[in-house]
Amino acid sequence: MAKVTLEAVSKNFGKVEAVKDFNLEVDDKEFVVLLGPSGCGKSTTLRCIAGLEEMTSGQIYIGDELVNDMPPRDRDIAMVFQDYALYPHMSVYQNMAFGLKLRKHPKSDIEQRVKEAAEILGIQELLERKPRELSGGQRQRVAVGRAIVRKPAVFLFDEPLSNLDAKLRVQMRAELSKLHYQLNTTMIYVTHDQVEAMTMGTQIVIMKDGEIHQVASPMEIYEYPVNMFVAGFIGSPGMNFSPARIKAKESRLYVDAGSFELQIPSEKEKYLEGKKDQEVILGIRPEHMEDKSFAEKGVFTGSLKAVVEVIEILGSEVQLDVSAGEHSLIARVDARTQARLHEEIELAVYMDKIHLFEKEPPNQRVKTEERP
Amino acid sequence: MISSLAKRKKMKMTVSYFVLIPFLVFFLFPLYWMLITSFKTDTEITSLKGIPLIIQSKPTLAHYKKILFGTEFLKWVKNSLIIAALVTFLTMVISILAAYAISRLRFFASQYFGVGVFCTYLVPPTLLFIPFFKIVGSLGLLNTKWALLFLYPTFTAPFCTWILIGFFSAIPRALDEAAFVDGASYIQMLWKVFLPVAAPGLIAATMFAFTVSWAQFLYPLAYIYRGDQQVLTAGIYTTLIRGDVYFWGELMGASLLASVPVVVFFAFLMDYYIAGLTGGMLR
Repeated sequence: MAKVTLEAVSKNFGKVEAVKDFNLEVDDKEFVVLLGPSGCGKSTTLRCIAGLEEMTSGQIYIGDELVNDMPPRDRDIAMVFQDYALYPHMSVYQNMAFGLKLRKHPKSDIEQRVKEAAEILGIQELLERKPRELSGGQRQRVAVGRAIVRKPAVFLFDEPLSNLDAKLRVQMRAELSKLHYQLNTTMIYVTHDQVEAMTMGTQIVIMKDGEIHQVASPMEIYEYPVNMFVAGFIGSPGMNFSPARIKAKESRLYVDAGSFELQIPSEKEKYLEGKKDQEVILGIRPEHMEDKSFAEKGVFTGSLKAVVEVIEILGSEVQLDVSAGEHSLIARVDARTQARLHEEIELAVYMDKIHLFEKEPPNQRVKTEERP
Repeated sequence: MISSLAKRKKMKMTVSYFVLIPFLVFFLFPLYWMLITSFKTDTEITSLKGIPLIIQSKPTLAHYKKILFGTEFLKWVKNSLIIAALVTFLTMVISILAAYAISRLRFFASQYFGVGVFCTYLVPPTLLFIPFFKIVGSLGLLNTKWALLFLYPTFTAPFCTWILIGFFSAIPRALDEAAFVDGASYIQMLWKVFLPVAAPGLIAATMFAFTVSWAQFLYPLAYIYRGDQQVLTAGIYTTLIRGDVYFWGELMGASLLASVPVVVFFAFLMDYYIAGLTGGMLR
């Protein structure tokens, strides 16, 4: 159990800056997810924490100890790798016991710890098997077990679920969350899958091109993305973006997207007084649009007309790809919708949940509320 | 359908044997010839009426008696075994450490070392006779079997290193990293992870080193002239061929005996050897 602190960490591979001026404080017992598209430097950051990669500059503390020049084995960490990296010539038991044996733990202690871990992961029956005799999910468990037995201060996970099939991934996701609760230890988890990040993390660190874009809880990132990249990365299907302009009309403010116009809720207006006639990017999540006939009155206060291009029936709801003038939008609407292909539909918009971003990169969020 | 499938399978087998049997005859015939010649009397071997393929008169053990008790054959066997075993051991120590360093450590020009090592293997041995002669002489090893202990690794070590680089490089890096995080040092990692995982490669390299040092002929012939220091290959040649007189029966018998250890060694490790030559990653 320990907190992990990264101060101004950067890592260059030749001329490529993989991680730039990375500052992060991971509190004790937290489950922090480093999230970003591939090549964003999240794995490199994790490997720097593990000590598998040497930093170009910066400091890393585990607990209160500076670990910059410490080899991985002295850092009191355990890591689970993407392709498991089990020792192929050792049995499951030996795989899990290896680290303890190297640290010269007494045999009875090793046996007890391995048994405990095997029980937590439900792999007691597999202890005598070799890795090649295991399925992908079982190997994954063994890899996690190898980390658990060490009782490290910090667990590091490098995309551990990406080699599993979809069903198993969902199951392992829940188990890892449970494990975090059970072990009550700091965990740092790298993934490019936003669903994994949202469901497991207590804090999410969103990265792109070696830089942190936002550090916040899953809900905060969903509700208040700091810029367009974060907004587009979180949520599935992704947020709809439409270029628009803030317009004043009859003492009210509107977002004018050309082919449609949405009245800004009065509580947001005071933040936008100075932005009249400014060009912005309007962001609406698909789940914040609804078929007008089924929309909750007083909540979905905006409305726009669009032509249905594609209808995807998902059972619990229906996903509509629509076009409103030059804007292509995706909406998730009630399953009872009467929408027909190539016909016009009126969509209601949950105006409290709209997002505005600056038109110029880095497309920062335009403030429209006080964050709780 | 089933009967036609079975028929086709049978057909395949027949064709396979049809192709394989000539090969078998081709490779085994010399051994057969050596075997029967070693049991023939000298009179029969040299007789113009003799038929090479069969023994006509009474077989004899005289040649084997002469090999074992009339020459220093047993001494040569001992020398050959000592040299082959020590060279194999020395080669493996050098190659394992070299291959491990080249495949895993990053140091100045490390990526060119692998190619460099292989290039040294490509230098023809005949070209090195004279310089080696001077070196062996200055070490005071001329005319002793210990010269071979220095000479053989010059060609076994590069080749075995080359084989092992391939095997070590095929081990995923994540495995090293897992071992590092688990707390292994470089040497522990080599010993507890790399060697077991690359076992087929180790066996392939060991077999190569042993067979080559066992069968090496030119170096002992060129550097050793004393019978008691000689190894099998050159010993048989220098003792059983005198001028233009060939002791055919003894030559054949001794050569057959000389190949027994290699056959035993191969039979023992054959399965692993094939796995070794065909890549054989365990994952």
